[in-house]
Parts: sequence; structure tokens; C-alpha cells
Amino acid sequence: MSDRKSKRERKTGYYLLAAPAILLSLSVVLIPAVTTIYASFTEWNGMGEMKWIGLQNFKDILGDPIFMTSLKNNFRWTLIFLIVPVTIGMVAAVLLINMKKTKNMFQTFYLIPYILAPSTNAVIWLNIMFSPNAGVIGYLKDLGLDISSPLGNMSSALYGVVGVDIWHYWGFLTVIYLAALRQTPIDQIESARVEGGNAWQIYRYIYLPNIMPTVKLMFVMIVIYSFLSFDYVYLLTGGGPAHATELLSTFAYSTAFSAFKFGRSAAVSVVMGIFGSVAAFCYVWISRKDVAE
Amino acid sequence: MKRKQVIHKVIIVVILAVLSVIALTPVLLVLVNSFKTHAEIVANPLAWPKEFSFYNYQQAWELGKFGEGFANSIKLSGTAVVVGVLASAGCGYVIAGKKIKMWGMILIYFMLVTTVPMQLFLLPLYSTFVKLGLMGNPFAAGVVIAAWNLPLPIFLMRTFFLKIPRDLEEAARIDGAGTFQVFTKVMLPIVSPGLITVAVIVALNSWNEYLLSSTLLQGETNFTATIKFLNLNGTFSRDMSIIMSGAVIMIVPVVIVFLLLQKYFIEGMTGGSVKG
Repeated sequence: MSDRKSKRERKTGYYLLAAPAILLSLSVVLIPAVTTIYASFTEWNGMGEMKWIGLQNFKDILGDPIFMTSLKNNFRWTLIFLIVPVTIGMVAAVLLINMKKTKNMFQTFYLIPYILAPSTNAVIWLNIMFSPNAGVIGYLKDLGLDISSPLGNMSSALYGVVGVDIWHYWGFLTVIYLAALRQTPIDQIESARVEGGNAWQIYRYIYLPNIMPTVKLMFVMIVIYSFLSFDYVYLLTGGGPAHATELLSTFAYSTAFSAFKFGRSAAVSVVMGIFGSVAAFCYVWISRKDVAE
Repeated sequence: MKRKQVIHKVIIVVILAVLSVIALTPVLLVLVNSFKTHAEIVANPLAWPKEFSFYNYQQAWELGKFGEGFANSIKLSGTAVVVGVLASAGCGYVIAGKKIKMWGMILIYFMLVTTVPMQLFLLPLYSTFVKLGLMGNPFAAGVVIAAWNLPLPIFLMRTFFLKIPRDLEEAARIDGAGTFQVFTKVMLPIVSPGLITVAVIVALNSWNEYLLSSTLLQGETNFTATIKFLNLNGTFSRDMSIIMSGAVIMIVPVVIVFLLLQKYFIEGMTGGSVKG
């Protein structure tokens, strides 16, 4: 009798411990997200009544060339992110494994851009690097080099923005890969060395299979990160010039807060959410062993 | 053979050094130029300053109203850290111990949250803030940012609690301690380094946060340091020396805290994606 009572008390305690996190997330993320999904079928200025208009917002955005540009840019962004920072991060991590004394120093250097605020980094690059009057680009131009700010040109602006985002991000990947590489059992590496394996073979057949779960997980994380990407684009170019760097996130934001078409903005966000849920599915699937643990 | 090894080593060090230069050049240029006048910077951003004057810093601090900005940042991040650590510790403990039947659902729910675009919940949140009169309140914004950043802290706390042997908890149980007592007196002290890790990660994310802060903290007196700095950049874009010293004011506190607590930062970053 008292045993059953104490068991119930225990259960209640556990629910109470888990409740704050769940309630917070429901009220800040889930309920507003469901409201947004509803709003995507309405005309809404953010404050007044929502007027149901069915699929009109989705029809409108599908017919909007800026939406298509944003979608394409998101895919290009993701592809570049899956290649460039992954390669640099992996090379740096592999080269760092055998650096005994300097490993931590290099790791610290590489992480500095990652720990700074996106707004700080964006202002730094806009001014001291890219500015045509006062930045390094301007200085090199004065010396007679034929260069201009990548952000000012429609064909190069996206690469300029991606470049800054990658500059801040690759160090993080290095640290992740390095931490995974260091978990590789020493005896496996030793026996491969004894058998005369060269550096590439040891990486390919010992290290890489060992860190594969982390590599896969980071692959999915980068896809998610790329689709949610907002800060660097918004702060560096605001989606311009002439929408050349527009992503779904910046398009949704400016539709809401500049054009005050909250319903249409909600529709763009819902499309982002659909891509997000595909990524989410992969994420949960990759982590299924971990969940079952 | 020996010589070949030395050459390899040199090549590796050169590559790592080049990567360091890439990572640090923009930051170091900001530092060097923060001591120069606008005219000096325009003439040559790569030159060493003629004299080291801290006048730029004084000006940037006053014009940017950084005092007010840092105060708001501390209110916002402080709230986010307290809320984030408490909520994630409780939830992480319950999920790790599979204490309730729904633990798997909760874990998957928080995994899904990491893939939700902020734009998907920003608009209703914005109008709720206006309706409740919370617009510009750094404490309320701190709670929101903590709630949004919950998944990683929960995953981290879960891994920390998973490492604690079960017997320990059972022993406390036999002594007749209740759920809250076991949690606060036995479990939390054991994971206290983990609590620091989570606190550090939440603090960094909320300190650097841009989109939620700028949307929910309207009104100039409510801006965090991050938004104050963007504001400064907008108003004084013609004076590079002010922007550069303002940037240093933004960079230095973060870098100092990072260097002091590096171990925790790295544990927090890797803990979510590398199984220890």
C-alpha cells in the first residue's frame, strides 16, 4: 500500500522534473509553429484577424521568381557547405591528430571565428575586408589589382556570403572531427602501423570507419544548418543585390517584417519547415541506435 | 627516411599555420586598426598604427552606449542560463533514466525542434510579445532564447546522467530520499561539471544571438550589446576607427571567457555529436 503510494509519488516527481523543459518548448516553439502553419492559409498583417484564403499564399509564392531564386540558393548553399568546410575541417583534424604540443593552440585559433557573434563577424568582414574604401579589398584595388567586393556583384555575392559563413564555421567541424578521431582505439592504429600501413591507409581503413557515425551525423547537421541559415546573409547583404543572395529564411523575414504580409511569410516558413522535416527524419534515423540505447 | 619525415612534418605545420592565418587575419586586422584614425585606416588597412591611442575606444563605448548594451546582454544571457540549465537538467535526467514512459517521445520531439526554422515560430511570438507588453523586455527574451536553445543542453545533460552508475541512485533511494532529494542532493552534484558545460554553451548562444534578440528587443534602450554594435555600425559607417574599436569591445570579452573556460566550451560543442 505505502509502496504503491511512494511509487506514484516518484512518478509525479519525474513528470514535474521534465515538465519545465517541455512546457517552455511547447509555448515558445510548438504552439507558435502550429499558429504559423494555420496563418499560412490566411491573409494576416500580424495583429488583426486572420482571413482564411486557402492555398492562395502557396500559389503566390510558387509564382514568385524570388521564391524560386531563394530555393535554388538554399540548395547551392547546402552543396557548398557539404564540400568546402567538411574538406577543410577534415584535413585540419587529420593533420592535428599527431601534433602533440601544438594541437590545443591550433584548435583555439580555429575556434575564434566560431565563438564570435555573427553580427560582429559580419561587421568585421563588411568593413575591414570587403569595404571598397577602407577594407583590404579597397587597398588591393588602389594598388592596381582588378578586384572588387564580392558582395557588390550579382554573380559573386552568394559566394562572398557563403565564404564568410564558412570562415566562421570550419573550425567547429575541425574540433568535432578531431574529438571523434581521438576516440579511435590506439591498438587498432598500432597494429596497422606494425603491418606497415602508410598514413593514407591508416586514415582510410582505421580512422575513417571509426569516425563514420560522427561524419554522418555532421552531414545531416550541416544540411539542417544550411537550410536554417539566416544571420550571415541578412547581415552581410540583406538578400541583395537584386535578391542574388536571397535564401528562404531571408525571404520569409522580409516578407513579414518589411512587406507585412505575415500570411505569405508563413507560407515560405512552412516550405522551409517541410525541408526541415525531411532533414529531421534523417537525423532521427541516424540517431536511432542512440535513442534506443 | 628520417629526412622525409622531417619534410612531412614541415608541410603539415605550414598547412596548419596557413589555416590559422585565415582564421585570425580579419580579427587581428580589427585589433590593429582599432588604434588608428579613420584617415590612417583608409590610407592603408594593413599598416601598423602611428601611435596607440585609446581615444577611439572611449568614443566607441560612449557613442555605442555599450554600457547599457552589456547590461541588457547580461540580463538576457543570465536569464537564459538559469532557465536553460534548470530545465535541461531536469528533462535530461528523466530521459537518461527512462523515468517515464514518454521519454523516447520527448527525446525525438527535441531532435525535431533542432530542425525547425526560427521563422516558423517568430511571427506569432512577436505578436504575443506585443500583446503581453513584453516587447523590449530582456528577461522575457532570455526565457524565449533558452526555450529555443533547449535541445543541445538536454542532449548534453542526458549523456552526463547516462554516465552515472545506477547503483548510486538506488542507494540513495534505499535511504528513503524522495525524487527531488535524489535529484538535487545526489545527481546534480555529480554532474556539476556538466552543468558548467551547459551554462557556458547557453551563455555563448544567447550572448551572440541575433534574430530573436533583434525582433523581440525593439526600442534602443533595450538592445543587447550585439544589437547596439550593429546600430553603431549603421550610424557611424563613415568612421572606421569607431567601428573597429567597437568590434574589439565586442570581441575581447567573448575571447577572454572562451580562453578561460575552453575545456567546457569544447566539451559542450563535441558532446552533442561525438559519443564519449
